[in-house]
Order: sequence, then structure tokens, then C-alpha cells
Amino acid sequence: MKAKEKIRISIDENLCKRCGICSEFCSEKVFLELDNGMPQVTVPENCIVCHLCDWRCPDLAITLEVIS
Amino acid sequence: MSTNSYKNYLKEEHFPHIWCPGCGDGIVLHAYAIALAELGLAPKEVVTVTGIGCWGKSDDYVATHALHGTHGRALAYATGVKLGNPVLTVIALMGDGDAVTIGGNHFIHAARRNIDLTAVVINNFNYGMTGGQYSATTPLKSKTTTSPLGNAEPGFDICSLAEAAGANFVARTTPFHVVSLKNLLKEGIQKKGFSLIEVITPCPTYFGRYNINSSPVANMHWLKDKAVSVSRYQHMTDEDKLQHFAIGTFVNKDRPDFYTMYQQINDCKWEGGR
Ligand code: SF4
Ligand code: SF4
Ligand code: SF4
Repeated sequence: MKAKEKIRISIDENLCKRCGICSEFCSEKVFLELDNGMPQVTVPENCIVCHLCDWRCPDLAITLEVIS
Repeated sequence: MSTNSYKNYLKEEHFPHIWCPGCGDGIVLHAYAIALAELGLAPKEVVTVTGIGCWGKSDDYVATHALHGTHGRALAYATGVKLGNPVLTVIALMGDGDAVTIGGNHFIHAARRNIDLTAVVINNFNYGMTGGQYSATTPLKSKTTTSPLGNAEPGFDICSLAEAAGANFVARTTPFHVVSLKNLLKEGIQKKGFSLIEVITPCPTYFGRYNINSSPVANMHWLKDKAVSVSRYQHMTDEDKLQHFAIGTFVNKDRPDFYTMYQQINDCKWEGGR
């Protein structure tokens, strides 16, 4: 898709309830689930901007921004 | 690209919401806000009507007009709002308890009358808010807090019920299938007449814990594995059908809605009061 665009993926720690859905279902394995359950964005450059993590987050905690 | 953000339809200042980790309600709320934004409806043109239950809290988080009713009566209130002011887009957000258990009678008659409303029914197969009791959609033999050894009753198929009663648009999806969820919400809202979008939704805290797993991730995998397209479902053996459910559109027709018929038969024009 828009592979060469720069993406900023942010997780609002005040909203995230550590359900693990984003790390489990991202096809590009952009997130790493930390021991405390918090997802960490590890390889944002792999993101294909499918938006699925954003839309599937039950707590609306994920924001994707395209930085051009 | 539309610049209308879904954020215009949410009261994010009320977040974090009350729902449990991994509850599907938040995913449906997000999809609902995106659908309204993509349709370009102004928040003041939309009335979100709810009843009681976990999903009944959703009206607290939307920036449209909101009417929070009593248990099972969301469609009765929604009918009144729509007929009082037909220019409004009226959407009832209900759980399986509201829609087809306590409110089952309103549901079949709203579909039969073909009132121009959209019903978004979150079906998590139990009464989550009150502690996980069985509802009219809990499948046969499923465990709930009030059927610890298994439910002795079969559950309603909400889509079949709506179809038999006469709804113009009937579809089923899940929060895992979030793109189709958003698109079906848009189609249902645009359809004139009664629309039903059933969303089979995870409740990891109760139904999931007793029948699937308490982990949110496992509940999402369950949706991914169990949901198949309508065409694939139709070609399954009866045994396989018991292990799956169909997602997609079941009915999409244009029977004249109640309001159109009423004006025609009574030879009148009612634009609604403001
Ligand atoms: S999906 Fe959302 S709530 Fe769940 S772990 Fe990821 S950011 Fe947190
Ligand atoms: S947008 Fe898609 S690819 Fe990018 S992090 Fe989210 S799920 Fe992964
Ligand atoms: S009890 Fe079930 S339906 Fe209610 S918020 Fe928790 S997970 Fe969601």
C-alpha cells in the first residue's frame, strides 16, 4: 500500500486496557506485547496502514498518523 | 478524501469507557462513529436511542442526539422519535436482551411495519451487565450464570426473525470483521425502511469465560474461526453449520416503509414538527 509513507502510531496509555488484540492481529507484527500487557510499537516502518489495529482496538486507544 | 473525522461523533472526554478489556462494544462504537462520519450526517441530524445493558451505555459516548430509554423499549422510543420528526436519522443501539428478549415484541413489529429505523443489535449471547444470565439468543447447551450446566432452550436467530417479520435490510457481522461492520452500518443507515445489523460480539467476562475463554484475543479468534460468508455457509453440511454462523447480507429490498404507506393511504403529508 503506502509503504514509503512515514507513520506515527501512538497508543494512549490512559485508554489501553491491555487486551492484546493489536499485537495479536497486526499482520506486519508492528507491536510487541510487553510483560505488563502493554503493546509497544517496535517496527512502525513495517506498517501498511491497514488501520485494522486502530479500528479493532476496543478502547479507541490507537491513533495512526501519516507524516508526510 | 473526507475530512469529516469520526471524532466529531464521539464524546471522547467521557473515555475511558466502562466496558471490560476486550469487550466488543468499543469496536462497534468506533465503527458507528466512522460510519456516520463517512455518510456525512451532521450529529444534530442523528438520534441514537438506547435501552439498558452494557451496550445501553453507548449513548453516553456519542455526540449525536441521544435518548436513553428503559430496558427493551429502545425501538418503541425510536419509533416515536422518527414519526414525530421524520427528517431525523434514528438509530437504535441495543443488545440481545433489549432487542429480542425483553424487547422482542417491539422488534418484530418495528420490522413488520418497516419503520425507517436502523437497529444495531450487539449479540453477545447473554446479559452482561447484570452478571451473565442467559438471554433469548443464548445457544442451546451454552453455559451462563443461570444455566451453569448448559442452557435448555435454543436461541433466536435474530436475522431470520427480522427477515420473517419483513425488514428491508438484514445483515450480520462481527467486530473482528471491522471493515464489513462499518460498511454494513452505512448501508443499513442509508436504507429506507427497517434495517437490522446484528453484530456477534465478544463478552470475554461472561459468555466468553464460560464457553470460549476469558482472554480477549481468544474471543476474537473465535469470531474469526466461526464466521463464514453466506455463500460458504449455504454449502455446509448440517453438522458444520452447527459449528459456524453466516456473516453478510441476507435481505436487501425496497418494500415501502411505514411512513410512506401511511401518507399514501391517508392522503396526507406530514413533514414533522420541530
Ligand atoms: S487493542 Fe487497544 S486496548 Fe487492546 S492492547 Fe492494543 S491498544 Fe491496548
Ligand atoms: S495499521 Fe495495520 S499494519 Fe499498521 S500497525 Fe496497525 S494493524 Fe499493523
Ligand atoms: S460484561 Fe461483557 S458485555 Fe459487559 S462490558 Fe464486560 S465484556 Fe462487555
